[in-house]
Amino acid sequence: MATDTLKRDTGPGTDPGRGAAGRALVRRVLLDNGALSALVVLVAALSLLSGDFLTTQNLLNVGVQAAVTAILAFGVTFVIVSAGIDLSVGSVAALSATVLAWSATSEGLPVWLAVLLAVGTGTACGLVNGALISFGKLPPFIATLAMLSVGRGLALVISQGSPITLPDSVSALGDTLGGWLPVPVIVMVAMGVATAVLLARTYLGRSMYAIGGNEEAARLSGIRVKRQKLVIYALSGGFAAVAGIVLASRLASAQPQAAMGYELDAIAAVVIGGASLSGGVGKASGTLIGALILAVLRNGLNLLSVSAFWQQVVIGVVIALAVLLDTLRRRTA
Amino acid sequence: MSIPCTPGTSPGSPEPAKSPAPPGELLRMEGARKAFPGVVALDSVDFDLRAGEVHVLLGENGAGKSTLIKMLSGVHTPDAGRILVDGREVHIRTAQDAERFGIATIHQEFNLVPDLSVAENIFLGRQPRRCGMIDRKRMNAEAAELLARVGVDVPPQARVRDLGIARLQMVEIAKALSLDARVLIMDEPTAVLTTGEVEKLFGIVRRLREDGVGIVFITHHLEEIAALGDRVTVLRDGRSVTQVPADTDEDELVRLMVGRSIEQQYPRESPDTGPVLLKVSGLTRNGGFDDISFEVRAGEVVGLAGLVGAGRTEVVRALFGADPYDAGSVEVLGRKLPRHDVIAALEAGLGLVPEDRKGQGLVLDASVQENLGLVTLRKATRGGFVDRAGQRTAAERVAGQLGVRMAGIDQRIRTLSGGNQQKVVIGKWLLAESKVLILDEPTRGIDVGAKVEIYQLVNRLTESGHAVLMISSDLPEVLGMSDRVLVMSQGRITGELTRQEATQDAVMALAVKDVEGSRGH
Repeated sequence: MATDTLKRDTGPGTDPGRGAAGRALVRRVLLDNGALSALVVLVAALSLLSGDFLTTQNLLNVGVQAAVTAILAFGVTFVIVSAGIDLSVGSVAALSATVLAWSATSEGLPVWLAVLLAVGTGTACGLVNGALISFGKLPPFIATLAMLSVGRGLALVISQGSPITLPDSVSALGDTLGGWLPVPVIVMVAMGVATAVLLARTYLGRSMYAIGGNEEAARLSGIRVKRQKLVIYALSGGFAAVAGIVLASRLASAQPQAAMGYELDAIAAVVIGGASLSGGVGKASGTLIGALILAVLRNGLNLLSVSAFWQQVVIGVVIALAVLLDTLRRRTA
Repeated sequence: MSIPCTPGTSPGSPEPAKSPAPPGELLRMEGARKAFPGVVALDSVDFDLRAGEVHVLLGENGAGKSTLIKMLSGVHTPDAGRILVDGREVHIRTAQDAERFGIATIHQEFNLVPDLSVAENIFLGRQPRRCGMIDRKRMNAEAAELLARVGVDVPPQARVRDLGIARLQMVEIAKALSLDARVLIMDEPTAVLTTGEVEKLFGIVRRLREDGVGIVFITHHLEEIAALGDRVTVLRDGRSVTQVPADTDEDELVRLMVGRSIEQQYPRESPDTGPVLLKVSGLTRNGGFDDISFEVRAGEVVGLAGLVGAGRTEVVRALFGADPYDAGSVEVLGRKLPRHDVIAALEAGLGLVPEDRKGQGLVLDASVQENLGLVTLRKATRGGFVDRAGQRTAAERVAGQLGVRMAGIDQRIRTLSGGNQQKVVIGKWLLAESKVLILDEPTRGIDVGAKVEIYQLVNRLTESGHAVLMISSDLPEVLGMSDRVLVMSQGRITGELTRQEATQDAVMALAVKDVEGSRGH
């Protein structure tokens, strides 16, 4: 009798208890990351609205579509965490892709060398940005705005204004692995992991947070702020180059006009992911989610046959809402 | 709406019997209380002000003076208690409210727009207009009248940027008069002035008093109290201790203010001194400071006293490598430091706890642990990767040693009290094993209890062979904690005093000393 009551008491007591704890955990994870909950809601809604959305093929498509923005955005995350801004990543991506195509075709360099040269080009552009900011004392907005123009211009000069078709050996980079896993997705994941490790574990990453949080305090604590900034912008340039290569290999050609305006998508992804434009806050996972939200939205709106014009409107509203929600959440926390 | 200039009356309707205010009383505060996270700044404080008097507000830093005047100027609203103007209860929620009640405040930092003219600053937002356009002629004429009333010879068209600090203060006073202020609150107005300028300011204050203005005057210079004041309210640890006439003996005022003997407040124990750890020779920056030479030995606390603007912070920033200098040298443990190189300085064993804790000392949105590990981040890195576990253990250890009161090592530093934040700033240099610590205003904005903890920490540091160079504008603190006091005035060291020689008067005399051939006036 007594044991029975005990059993009956504990039985129904523990089960809902465990369920409630699980629900609380899910709720906390979602609340702690506003962008993640937005992504979950978005995916759920699109799955209901369109039967074509939740298929492996389409999800891989979304991954491919997100890849370029995400890789650009990972690089921009470094810059934004350290309280800077990089407007040049779209142009630098196009320039790097053009350098890749030009060196692999006109100059006949082997693919690996052409890729190296392209990444070197992007990194060099970033170094110039960093030097202008650290030593020329230009505001990051101005320095990278100048590079936005220079990069695009150089891409047009090298390509003489027309797309360069990539040799098959290079466009293979846009193919799939094992016949189903797209290489751009693999590159995106690899770059994301690298970003996460760099930000969380390395001296460079930790000093980015310190510089973004309080540059003067960081300087007075012995962090070489100028040198770090050079590296930060160089990283952003290098990531942009990788994004440019991924984009070109997908299109099987390097187009000097490609990736125009992508810098704004990249910044949007970083900000939707919870980073603060005033610096000191931001994560690789957040940036990835931000890029996925943009890609899922575009993909979903296409599936629902929403016109491209209205898509722009919706994306703008989503950016504003995401950041607004995040701000509200922080204020109440 | 115009403010009546005769105290005790209100415009229009005559006051019926309901007038509890004694004749001539402008302002009364009863049982005021204000708490901030982690500290009660003010508790059951009473204060009153009559027309035509100078009421001195006296207390140590952190005693609650600033909080009190911020309640009167609409920056803070009291958590409890009430404020009466002309015997009627009022709520001062904004600066506009304060203005409406005829209360003007002259803060230590002036609220002037540097690139506008004196007249435009005086009438900012209220410029006299004609047909929608600003009537410059009338504005300048009215400004000239106000400036004449203050007794300062500044043309109304002069740009504020071109004025010296004393004249800026006069412009602020003229601005207050233009608002028909009957209550004028002056927060340490003499702290930045030379002796001659102080005399001039006193003349102006006396004239305003004769005009029936009530003046709340904050000062740390005790001799000014008898010279200018009528009554003194002493605040201590956020409470009003007592009210005494202004001719009260200075020693008595100190006793009331500190509430305990200086020995208890400043628990300095001077250990034996060791070798010279920091040697500065002929350090000069053109237009900043000139020929600064001194030494600090192991086990020693050297105080660097002087008025705000004497160049103390500039000197320590330059010797730490944060800013460049033009001539001279800095040696730490016998090794000469390269110029303008923070990393060389901290690797040699220097540590700087800057004046602006939040702006320069801490990354406010980072955790306690991250802030503690900032200087050692580099040393804890192997092959680019930070030894996070090691950093964490070290931070835990130092936070424990310093008695940082926190929920945990991952708490955001922004949410800690000022005293605990300061412990973290000092802690990051302890982790870096700095031998020479430069403390620039280490107890500014910290409550009394936490101050004593900081002093005890300084004692422990010097006992263990560290050297401490301490800048402080708080005279009792400099006198109480220093083994030697260096005094700076106008960018030069004007004297060095031993612990025995160092009195308030001796330090002040050196601090206001005019340096021959120094920068122009």
